[in-house]
Amino acid sequence: MIYNIPFIAVVCLILIGLYALVFKRNLIKMVIGITLIESGVNLFLITLGYRKGSIAPIYTSSPGGIMALPIPQALTLTSIVIGVAVLALMLSLVIHIYRHYGTLDVRKVRRLKE
Amino acid sequence: MTEMSKIVRTITAIAFPFSMIYGLYVIAHGHLTPGGGFQGGAVVASACAMVLVAFGSKWTLDKIKEKRLSVFESIGAIAFIGLAFFGLIFGAVFFNNFLVGNDYLFGIIPVVGSGLADINTAGVIPLMNFAVGLKVIAGLFAIVLVMAYATTNYKEGKK
Amino acid sequence: MSKRNLVAAVFFSIVAVIFIFSALLMHPFGVLDESDMDDYVIENTQEETGANNGVTSVVFDYRGFDTLGEATVLFTAVAGVIMIFRRLKND
Repeated sequence: MIYNIPFIAVVCLILIGLYALVFKRNLIKMVIGITLIESGVNLFLITLGYRKGSIAPIYTSSPGGIMALPIPQALTLTSIVIGVAVLALMLSLVIHIYRHYGTLDVRKVRRLKE
Repeated sequence: MTEMSKIVRTITAIAFPFSMIYGLYVIAHGHLTPGGGFQGGAVVASACAMVLVAFGSKWTLDKIKEKRLSVFESIGAIAFIGLAFFGLIFGAVFFNNFLVGNDYLFGIIPVVGSGLADINTAGVIPLMNFAVGLKVIAGLFAIVLVMAYATTNYKEGKK
Repeated sequence: MSKRNLVAAVFFSIVAVIFIFSALLMHPFGVLDESDMDDYVIENTQEETGANNGVTSVVFDYRGFDTLGEATVLFTAVAGVIMIFRRLKND
């Protein structure tokens, strides 16, 4: 069980993010929870592609040996950029809600206000 | 946001060219060392955000309007798709690497196994690195600039 | 504790037990069974693409279509943020 520490770290990150998304009432705290879930998923993608005692998959002046898998690292790169784009759109919508309603409590911004 | 003190402004003006050169190095050597278009673009965008924080958003918006930033981003996107369509003309496959094999533009094949290599290897990949790096720099700097300018209260009644 | 928080706590604990149980049943960290696709990429990335970097050749040559989709997502996000903060001139 001591050899599975990266997978246990992934589960802890996703559970903390899910707790902040379900049980908190402030809008900024929910946005932080969504970002934590995305970080956990990126870490899980990278830990799937590791071989024991391997080096980075780059040939420029490398010491010899087994190489790690390069395809999960490419997918993680795309996932990080998509996370940045979603975070920018979420924060600009939170700013717009605050200007219109005057509060950030998620139980009070339910009705369509004129 | 308003500007900071004189010490911060002086040190930012000294440190900004070094950060930009480091970011452009990471973009340009993407096919030899770890890095590439997205990583180097993030480094240069954070250097531009440092200038925005130190000099105030009103001064920065007077220097660069966001209409010019959208021109840069469109140039990067059109160059990326144009390189993909050139592969369709020269080899009948979309995203074909058509510059590998010739001896004058970017086509030398490196020695198999670990060792050093030149910059003019790897076909069409360095050109794609520059296109994606330009797109990421313009996009991230435009997001930070618009969000910083629209949320400050100035004295002449702007909400 | 209100009724809504109680129902949410029950479902959250069920999900937490499922996650922890599956994290202890994964394969040991660092021992992979089969990796045919990545072995092909590592062997042939210097003859077919000419790049010394394995990750860049996967991002821009073997899987260039995903990079095209990601560039579209970045462009859409920048367009959406600028559109939200625009003020009308004649108001």
